[in-house]
Amino acid sequence: MIREEVLRQVQERFKDDIIDFFDKTPKRVFIEIKPESITEVVQYILKERAARFNIATALDARYHTEIIYHFTIEDINLLISFRVKLDKKKPKIDSITPILEGANWIEREMNEMLGIEFVGHPDMRRLLLADDWPEGIYPLRCDYKEWDEKAIRDRGI
Amino acid sequence: MSKTIVPIGPYHPLQEEPEFFTLTVEGEKVVDIDVRIGYNHRGIEKLSERKSFDQSTFVIERICGICSTSHPFAYTQAVEDVIPVEVPERAQYIRTVIGEAERIHSHLLWLGLAGHFLGYNTVYMWAWKIREEVLDIMEILSGNRNNYAMFKPGGVRRDFRSEDIPLVLKKLDSIVPTLEMLLKAVTDDPVFHARTKGVGILTKQAAIDFCALGPTSRASGVERDVRKDAPYAAYDKVDWKMITTQNGDVFDKVVVRILEKLESVKIIKQCLNHLPEGEIDLNIADIPPGEGIGVHEAPRGETFHYVRSDGTNRPVRHKVRAPTFMNLPTYKATVVGERIADATIILAAIDPCYCCTERMSVRDTHRKKLYNGEDLIRLSQERTEKLRGKYQK
Repeated sequence: MIREEVLRQVQERFKDDIIDFFDKTPKRVFIEIKPESITEVVQYILKERAARFNIATALDARYHTEIIYHFTIEDINLLISFRVKLDKKKPKIDSITPILEGANWIEREMNEMLGIEFVGHPDMRRLLLADDWPEGIYPLRCDYKEWDEKAIRDRGI
Repeated sequence: MSKTIVPIGPYHPLQEEPEFFTLTVEGEKVVDIDVRIGYNHRGIEKLSERKSFDQSTFVIERICGICSTSHPFAYTQAVEDVIPVEVPERAQYIRTVIGEAERIHSHLLWLGLAGHFLGYNTVYMWAWKIREEVLDIMEILSGNRNNYAMFKPGGVRRDFRSEDIPLVLKKLDSIVPTLEMLLKAVTDDPVFHARTKGVGILTKQAAIDFCALGPTSRASGVERDVRKDAPYAAYDKVDWKMITTQNGDVFDKVVVRILEKLESVKIIKQCLNHLPEGEIDLNIADIPPGEGIGVHEAPRGETFHYVRSDGTNRPVRHKVRAPTFMNLPTYKATVVGERIADATIILAAIDPCYCCTERMSVRDTHRKKLYNGEDLIRLSQERTEKLRGKYQK
């Protein structure tokens, strides 16, 4: 299927859920969707377009929290990124691990680094941070302050 | 039968980098595995937010010592994708040569370690001996054996001199006979077959479900290679083949990596013979607001970098995803059901780079014994000795 066909079908199928559609270059497309429809979109893109999941990026924009899911469709050399915007105080979204095993670890990482809650994840434990890292302190947020007075700091001379 | 838990790690000579694996065993068979990573977490994504785009490249290079080119390669492509802009042709060829030379040295390092774990120390010595030739090539071309500092957003930092190229081609030609000898030594030895054929099989469906990458997925029959699917740099201008096999066991992973080295030698020779003239750097001044994604086929799989910029000289967000992050969870599918003496070679077969990702241990609570890495390597080597005795009767 050629690229324009694929994008047209995605737009038609999810016309109620797509908020913004940015066709940047022949290889990169950025689509913003509503958070409630993430499971449906992921199901569609995996089963009917045979895409591969690359990774999910979570970031802390100033007034909201964003997650971007990246998928590659290899036959037409297209990388589609789905963006969801979440509330900053209590970010919460459905987990896609039940349909896609490859997303297990990255959701654990996003949970401990930015405090995003994934509803329905089978095994939410710490992935990268130490066991004695305190709860509630999320390193990748903009307002993260260094909290450990006793840590050894090497500022260089 | 009661279950015993065998921890491997976090710090022991089995793996080059720390990780914590917990294998649950019943007698000799492994029934479950749990992986804990994070011992090498250095907060590089947070560091990138405080450095300018150009300074970041030096930090990104030091994410990993073995695959030191793959991260800057993907990062510079991500920054160029924000604008978006294409680098000059000579810079693309230079980048390809450095990327492929790194693939050869990384696969040779892995081949030596796999030989060591199985008890073939001669393979270990030979592989690392010809690896020295490849590191000499890197030193002639870039000035250093690791951490080459050749990449920058917009091109490359240093140029190749035309008087160096004949010496480099001669060194490349000198390693090809040894590579072919190693391939024959591996495929003809019956004890090697007994240790690696049918061991640690990753089925094609499991490779697709876990989103496995690199030689781990190509050995299972999934044809995935970023250099062919989404060509970048000079990969669509030279002639080479993608190597795939069907079975997905450890033997196939060894064969895929050796054949890929021979293809890399072909790519480097074609690039050096047809190196175009021209500029090597675009001298990018400002990065506009936007997002960019860069991918590169590292020796272990696809490296993915995402950069978001808001018009200042620093990234707002830089996401790094190494290929081992997607390959490590496949242990659930490959190690479970195998015997404990094979655990080391199966764990090493995906070529884990924990610095890029993050270590394991085996605890036998029933017999109150603690196996560390040396014990597991010794168990693996003893099994080879037993099999060798059987074949030489």
